[in-house]
Amino acid sequence: MVVMNPSGDIALQQRDLVLLSTGLMLLIIVPVIGLTLFIAWKYRESNTAAPYDPEWHHSTRLEFAVWGAPLAIIMVLGAVTWVTCHTLDPYRSLSRLGPNRPIPAGVKPLEVDVVALDWKWLFIYPELGVASVNELAAPVDRPLAFKITASTVMNSLAMPAIAGQIYAMPGMQTQLHAVINQPGVYDGFSGNYSGAGFSGMRFKVRGLSDADFATWAANARAGDARLTREAYVGLTQPSQNQPVSYFASVDPGLFLDIVDQCAASGDGCKRGDAMHAAMKLAVAEKVLCGPDGKPLPPRQTR
Amino acid sequence: MPTTAELIKFIFGRLTIDALPLDEPIIMGTFVMVALGGLTVAGLITRFKLWGYLWKEWFTSIDHKKIGVMYIVLGVVMLLRGFADALMMRAQQAMSFGSSHGYLPPSHYDQVFSAHGVIMIFFVAMPLVVGLMNLVVPLQIGARDVSFPFLNNFSFWMTVGGAVIVMMSLFIGNFARTGWLAYPPLSGIGASPDVGVDYYIWGLQVAGIGTLLSGVNLVITIIKMRAPGMTLMRMPIFTWTALCTNILIVASFPVLTVVLALLSLDRYVGAHFFTNTLGGDPMMYVNLIWIWGHPEVYILILPAFGVFSEVVSTFSGKRLFGYTSMVYATVAITVLAYVVWLHHFFTMGAGADVNAFFGITTMIISIPTGAKIFNWLFTMYRGRVRFELPMLWTLGFMVTFVIGGMTGVLLAVPSADFVLHNSLFLIAHFHNVIIGGVVFGMFAGINYWFPKAFGFKLEPFWGKVSFWCWLVGFYLAFMPLYVLGLMGVTRRLSHFDDMSLRPWFLIAALGAGVILVGILAFLAQIAVSIMKREELRDLTGDPWNGRTLEWSTSSPPPAYNFAFTPVVHQQDAWWDMKTHGYQRPVAGFIPIHMPRNTGAGLVLAGFATACGIGMVWHMWWLAALGLFVVIGGAIVHSFNEDRDFHIPASDVIAVEGERTEALRNVA
Amino acid sequence: MSKAHSSAVHTPSDRLTFHLAEEHHPESSTLLGFWIYLMSDCLLFAGLFATYGVLGRAYAGGPTGAELFDLPTVALNTAFLLCSSITYGMAMIAVQEERKQQTLMWLGITGLFGLGFIGLELKEFTHLILEGNGPQRSAFLSSFFTLVGTHGLHVTCGIIWLVTLMTQVSRRGLNAVTKRRLMCLSLFWHFLDVIWIGVFSFVYLIGAM
Repeated sequence: MVVMNPSGDIALQQRDLVLLSTGLMLLIIVPVIGLTLFIAWKYRESNTAAPYDPEWHHSTRLEFAVWGAPLAIIMVLGAVTWVTCHTLDPYRSLSRLGPNRPIPAGVKPLEVDVVALDWKWLFIYPELGVASVNELAAPVDRPLAFKITASTVMNSLAMPAIAGQIYAMPGMQTQLHAVINQPGVYDGFSGNYSGAGFSGMRFKVRGLSDADFATWAANARAGDARLTREAYVGLTQPSQNQPVSYFASVDPGLFLDIVDQCAASGDGCKRGDAMHAAMKLAVAEKVLCGPDGKPLPPRQTR
Repeated sequence: MPTTAELIKFIFGRLTIDALPLDEPIIMGTFVMVALGGLTVAGLITRFKLWGYLWKEWFTSIDHKKIGVMYIVLGVVMLLRGFADALMMRAQQAMSFGSSHGYLPPSHYDQVFSAHGVIMIFFVAMPLVVGLMNLVVPLQIGARDVSFPFLNNFSFWMTVGGAVIVMMSLFIGNFARTGWLAYPPLSGIGASPDVGVDYYIWGLQVAGIGTLLSGVNLVITIIKMRAPGMTLMRMPIFTWTALCTNILIVASFPVLTVVLALLSLDRYVGAHFFTNTLGGDPMMYVNLIWIWGHPEVYILILPAFGVFSEVVSTFSGKRLFGYTSMVYATVAITVLAYVVWLHHFFTMGAGADVNAFFGITTMIISIPTGAKIFNWLFTMYRGRVRFELPMLWTLGFMVTFVIGGMTGVLLAVPSADFVLHNSLFLIAHFHNVIIGGVVFGMFAGINYWFPKAFGFKLEPFWGKVSFWCWLVGFYLAFMPLYVLGLMGVTRRLSHFDDMSLRPWFLIAALGAGVILVGILAFLAQIAVSIMKREELRDLTGDPWNGRTLEWSTSSPPPAYNFAFTPVVHQQDAWWDMKTHGYQRPVAGFIPIHMPRNTGAGLVLAGFATACGIGMVWHMWWLAALGLFVVIGGAIVHSFNEDRDFHIPASDVIAVEGERTEALRNVA
Repeated sequence: MSKAHSSAVHTPSDRLTFHLAEEHHPESSTLLGFWIYLMSDCLLFAGLFATYGVLGRAYAGGPTGAELFDLPTVALNTAFLLCSSITYGMAMIAVQEERKQQTLMWLGITGLFGLGFIGLELKEFTHLILEGNGPQRSAFLSSFFTLVGTHGLHVTCGIIWLVTLMTQVSRRGLNAVTKRRLMCLSLFWHFLDVIWIGVFSFVYLIGAM
């Protein structure tokens, strides 16, 4: 059960939170279930030995208990919620690599720009200048900063072994901070239904040592595919169960243009018609930028 | 002169022969079965010359009891369709592993899960809940009917119209492939250019109008039509929950109307509310639909809570523990229902403060809910618990629902929700509360009030088979989904690579099969009860030793419900009457003023449905005609002054005389 | 109150009456029912206002409210609607005084003001659409057309209803039914006025700034 046995510090804290909350609630759930069965049995009609008091319907002390018990649990859980909402906020930069493991000085997070496409994932590594489709690789014990968007419809970037999910939405950018603590290969997928190819929107998350990661990056760079805007338009064509592929280079500024829904042409949105034609299949009959050619203002969800 | 092609385009819009699923054996098979079934029913009705009876006594009836029964029949029929979808999903997910892709292509599977959700919520749960409220509330408050009986009939037929539109999509064209809430941009014209989403929109719009009007109707009925002496704090708890539910309907369905209207403007005229470009904002749709959607959850569960309150108290032979706190808990849930909607999308990047706020408000709802559970417990305490069918469903609910409540609160912790959102854990959770809460509540209610509606009890053997199959089937079907959720499996997948998931899906499929037996046993229960109705007959009108006013009249109640309007001095008015040795009056009957049956509601709703179908297929003439007739018909109807009549005193004397006779025979 | 009565349960007093001997006449529910319906309609507008609140500045490079709105026309429009509310009030006064002809006259004037309002609104809409500033142009214009158009649609329904009621009043006079219906339409009409004041200030005045 990956959620109960994760490999990244964020998911681990979320696991602990799930267990703590469940434990807190079991304090009240178990007695209630037990009492239900016990009382129903004890006061069954055939048990004439049990007291019968048909008019008994009020007890201030019991009422206090009835409202107070759930209230007490919720107050504790509410406090836990408030704190964890802030400490585990996906937009917040990591403050540690794991329990009692502060981030070494000078380590900057690795930025990964994620685009959910119909129906595959594109990962852009600005620091390395490479990109990959349907495979995410990252060095172990280095903070990861994801910037996430989508080309046409809503998806959700879900990697339960590493961290909780966050939506990938067109025209918007969301963020996620996480870290992988153990080398290994984990599952990633879309957590929000996005159409016919949704089931095949899977990718592997490779947690690699620094050396292996360098090898991975070198391998990605060795290819001759380049993620130009034209190549991106090609990628936006709907496809299912897309195999892993790499891009040795990435056009500068591409990700921001994708967020702004203006990525199809070299100079922003100025050639609206050409882009319109190219993107027709991906977004039927939709103009992706203002007809005046101005790029639309980027939107963030906060 | 228009060419033939143009003329055909004008008449049929975008409907072509390709819209018929001639090449899809599964759908064609279903179609043949449904058609044969429909023809058989129609044939039998014709054979026994029942059309006139159905038309006069049922379809055009403005009697709240008959409308309530018709709602429940609609809900049960649609349950069969919605459950067939569920079985198809379970089968697909159990089969589709590795190299096997199951028997449903995504284009079909995606319709199945969308239709399952839409049908179960809008056309199963809603009709059952609204039907039960219609049947019971006027009787519980000592009224002759609802405030607006004609409107009630119209509302029912609008709900049927919505169901017809959704069912049509099975055989002509296709249904939405978007999930039951049709989030844009996926439901926008770009990603979903065909008729599926339009079927969804118009089905819900037509049914939604019906639901809204029915909500207004029941709110007013409860406020205005209560018997003398029945103050708010003497109302039966079911009536209280009905009041709160209908307030929720009135205050949330307009938002659904708006959000679907905006989506249709995007789709039909190219507006930019929820598009990716030109300033549209898809997240606004998600907010708006959940501002309706979350109250909707409480619209369904509150009446179920009301049923349980009545049942626990009746079958414990004891006054409800903590009536006042029960009322306050209901009202608190009603209010809180509006401030929790964001918990459905913590993962869309709202800030930590916002998430924490909505997480905590959500948890707060569990406090009044918990209080209710305790109050039911203490109602049984020092009672004499009779394990009749309604009580079995109630106990099944209490045990099952708290588990669903627990996982619900867990999902309300935003940071925990990040790992569980949209997973099968979530699916397990909401089925846990909807089946364990709403469905069990409706079965409890049907078993409880069936003798009131028809004059004989439901047969217990098949009822128990149904109960145990539902209970066991539920746990088999959904506990594995909790496990799968924790294994990181998300919802709406039609294919899996990881073989280790398969045993869990097989258990879930088995559970669905057990539930199927439960449903069939329920149908058998009805059939056997009808056959053995003389054995099961209840002549007293009060088979359970009830406490509220509906049990004070005959079963089934006469058209006018009460020969004399009851006067209420206390909660549990009928119990009060019984303890005071109340003698039913046998003389002094007077004529009773009643509304007259009318077919106007059916006709108007029929044209509203036609309008919706015209919009789906771009048959603009049909849409315009439908709309024109609805408006014109409403105007014409407003000129009709012959709306009511008096049941002559002689008829009342005859009916009440029979009851006197029956009661004497029992004694 | 429940406590006071619970003691009565064990007393075998039969002096309590448990039914009415005469026919029970609950007071008419129509007005309250219509009120509740109006509240749900109000929520419908709340949804549209909220939508406009979110999208009202999403011009997408297109024209803004300040560039599009012709305040004098809208002011005239507003005056029409406000006057129609006053004339409807006059009609209701005439109803109270049981003056049928006067009622019909004031209702007619109300309807004319309503038609004037709809006419001006249609003119504004046609103008905008012909200039290429229809609801397809930007999210701002989508929400503008929808909010203002929904109000206009309501007024149109109000006019149809008004004509229907005028027919009924002229045929049947001022009886309980027609009076009740006139009262409902009165609520509806004033309600639309209130909504319009919201539209005028929230959309036009603020938008034109």
